Amino acid sequence: MHKNDIISQLQRDILPLQGFKQPTGTPVRIGLGAVEDAFPNGCFPTGAIHEFIGTQPEHAAVSVGFMAGLLANLMKTGGVCVWVSTSRALFPPGLKTFGANPEHVIFIDLQKEKDLLWAMEEALKCEGLAAVVGEIQDMGFAASRRLQLAVEQSRVTGFLLRFGHRKPTANACVARWRITSLPSVQEDGLPGVGFPRWNVELLKIRNGKPGSWQVQWSAGCFQVIKEEKETIWLNASSQYGSAI
Amino acid sequence: MAKRFLSIWFRHLTTDWFTIRQPSLGTQPFVLAAVSHGRKVITAANAMAQNQGVRPLMAVADAMALLPGLQVMEDVPGLPLQLLNTLGGRCIRYTPITAIDPPDGLMLDITGCTHLWGGEQPYIHDMVTRLTTKGYHINASIADTVGAAWASARFGQPVAVLQPGAHLQAMLPMPPAALRLPAATCLRLQKLGLQSIGSFISMPRNVLRRRFGEELLLRLNQALGMAEETLTPLQQVEAYHERLPCLEPILTRTGIEIALQTLLDAICQRLQKEGKGLRQAVFKAHRLDGQVVQIAIGTKRATHNIPHLFKLFEINIASIEPAAGIELFVLEAPQVEEVPTLQESLWGSTPGLQQQALSDLLDRLAGKFGADKIHRYLPNEHHWPERSIKQAPSLGDKTDAAWQVTMPRPVQLMHKPEPIEVTAPIPDYPPMLFRHRGRLHKINKADGPERIEREWWLEEGPHRDYYHVEDTDGQRYWLFRSGHYTGNKPHQWFIHGYFA
Repeated sequence: MHKNDIISQLQRDILPLQGFKQPTGTPVRIGLGAVEDAFPNGCFPTGAIHEFIGTQPEHAAVSVGFMAGLLANLMKTGGVCVWVSTSRALFPPGLKTFGANPEHVIFIDLQKEKDLLWAMEEALKCEGLAAVVGEIQDMGFAASRRLQLAVEQSRVTGFLLRFGHRKPTANACVARWRITSLPSVQEDGLPGVGFPRWNVELLKIRNGKPGSWQVQWSAGCFQVIKEEKETIWLNASSQYGSAI
Repeated sequence: MAKRFLSIWFRHLTTDWFTIRQPSLGTQPFVLAAVSHGRKVITAANAMAQNQGVRPLMAVADAMALLPGLQVMEDVPGLPLQLLNTLGGRCIRYTPITAIDPPDGLMLDITGCTHLWGGEQPYIHDMVTRLTTKGYHINASIADTVGAAWASARFGQPVAVLQPGAHLQAMLPMPPAALRLPAATCLRLQKLGLQSIGSFISMPRNVLRRRFGEELLLRLNQALGMAEETLTPLQQVEAYHERLPCLEPILTRTGIEIALQTLLDAICQRLQKEGKGLRQAVFKAHRLDGQVVQIAIGTKRATHNIPHLFKLFEINIASIEPAAGIELFVLEAPQVEEVPTLQESLWGSTPGLQQQALSDLLDRLAGKFGADKIHRYLPNEHHWPERSIKQAPSLGDKTDAAWQVTMPRPVQLMHKPEPIEVTAPIPDYPPMLFRHRGRLHKINKADGPERIEREWWLEEGPHRDYYHVEDTDGQRYWLFRSGHYTGNKPHQWFIHGYFA
C-alpha cells in the first residue's frame, strides 16, 4: 500500500474517535458551495460547536446574518432553535431575510453568564433541536469542553457568538469563524445597496483546512464569489469609471 | 355519613393572647382599648375585669371609676382574625376542614375524624386540653349542625357533646341569641316575651316570617339541620395529593430525594390510571419546628412523566433547609389536566415546536430561571419597527399575520434609537457622512427613504424616514430622520440598527 493511502486511511479512522461521524445517507447540505470543501469529510460539521468572533457591533450583525443563513438550512425541516443571551439585540424579522423562520426561535434572556452556560448546556443536550445559539463574552476551556461533549451526544449544532474586546482564548470548539463585511456590488452599476457580501474567514477547523472566502447572500442562498471573476469585474468597473 | 361539627368559642381571645405573652397580666384585671370618636373605648376585657363589672364598649374613664387599679393596653387592629387564622392552622391536625368563625370562634367539620382519637369524648378533650394548656379559655361543643354546635358552645356546658339527634332538645331552653340573630331581632323577641327558642319554635312559619323576617327562619332551619350550611376551609384540600410521614426526622438531601421519588411514583401512578397529567405541583416539607418549606414547579403541558418531574424538582431541592429535621412530606397537584394518550413513535418524533423534548427543556429552564425569561415572537401587523413583533403566549400559538419581507429589515435593532450627527446634501437625500459613538462613517451607497408613520391612534409624534446605507468599509446601517425637514429647526437623525 502506498504511504499516502495509509495516512489518509489513518485520518479517516481518527475522525470518528474525535466525534466526527461519517456522514450516513445524504449529508446535510448547508449551501456553502466551495467553503464546504474545507470541512472534514467535505460536509458541514453538524453536532459541533461553531464559534464566531469579532470586536465591534457591526461584526456581530454580519456574523448573525451569516449564521442565520446556516440556521435556515439547519431548520429547513421545521426544527427549532434556542437562542440564549444576556443582552440580545437581535431583531427577529431580520432572520426572515436569510430564510430562517423567526417563529421557530425561542429566546432565553438571562442575566448572568454562569446561568447562560448552564442553559446552553441543557439545550445542547436536548435531542431534536436544530441548533442552539449562545451570545457569550468569555468562556473558559472547561466550559467549552462541556458544551462540545454535550453536542457529541445529542448531535445538536451549537453556535457561539463572542463579541468583545477580549482576545479569544483557546477552547474546544470545532470551528472558529470571523465574518467581516465587504462593500456590496450592484450589477450594472445600479444605485442603492446591493446584496449583503461578507469576507468569511474560517480561522480554525478541526481536521479541516482553514481558509478565507468571499460570500454573498442573494436569491435566498449563499454564493461564493470567484476571485478571478471578481478581479476581472473590478477591472472592468475601474475602466468604466475612468471612461466617465 | 351523618355530619358532625365542632365549634370552639374563645371566651377571651385577645386578652388571653396578651396574658400568654406577658404572664404577669394573669393576676390583675386589664382591658384593651382603642380610640373611637375621640374617646377611649374598651374593646376587650379579661376574666378578672369582667367579674368586676367591666364590659366591652364601656368608656375607659367609666371603667377606671369602677376599678381604679385597672390596667389599660393598646388594642392591635386586626388581631382577632390573625389569631384565629393561626389557631385554625393548628387545628388542621384534627380535621382537614377547619374554618374560622369571626369574631372569636372556630368551626370544624369533624365528620369521620373522631374515631382516630377513639371517639368524640377523647377527641374533644384532647383538643380542649391542648388549647387550654396554651393559655386560652375556651368552650367547645360537638353537634349535628353548625348552628347547634355554635349555640351549644356559647350557651351550653363549657365542653359538651350533643348526641346525634339531641340538638333540638338541647336548644329549646336557650335564648334567641343562640340562633346567631342580629341584635335588633333578639331585642324584639325579648320585648314580646319570647325568652327562649322553645317559646316560638312551634309558631306557624308565616307568622314568624311576617314579624321577624326571613333571617330568623333561615337560622332556625340551619340550626335544626333543615337548611344546608357550608364552611369555607382555611386550606383547600387538593384533590390530588400524597403524604409521606417519616419515622425519623429527615436531614439529608438523599432522604429528601427518596421521599420525593416515592411521592411522585404514587401520584403519577394515580394520574396515569385516570388519564390525567399535572400542570403544577407543590412539594411541601413539614419541619420539626413547625415551619413548612416548599418548592413548586410548573409544566408547559400536562404530564405524568416521573423522571421529567423529578428533574424539575431536583433543580430546587437545595433550597429545602431541613433545620432540625423533616417529619412529613406532602406532594400536591393543584392543577391537573387531561392528557391525550399518544402512540409512541419508534423513530423519534418529527422536529418542531410540539415535540416533547422541547417542552421538557423549557420546563427545566422555566423552573430554574422563571417563565418570564423565555420568549418567542410572532409578527404583528404594525409597520412601526418596535411594534412589528409581539410575544407569543405559548408554544402552540400561530398568527395570520405574515413576516414583512418586502422592505429590508436589520438583523440587529437597538432598544432605543441613538442620535447621530450627519451631513446631508439636500433635503430628502440620504446623508453623506454620519458620526456615531465618536466614529466617522462615510456613506458610499444608500437606499431609501422608507417613510414609516407613527400610528396616530396609538401615539403621537413625528414620522420616520428610514435609509439603508453602506459606508466605505462595507458596513450597513439603518438610519432615520425624525420628522420633516424644516429650514430653521435642527433636524434629528438616529441610528436604529445594523444590517448583515
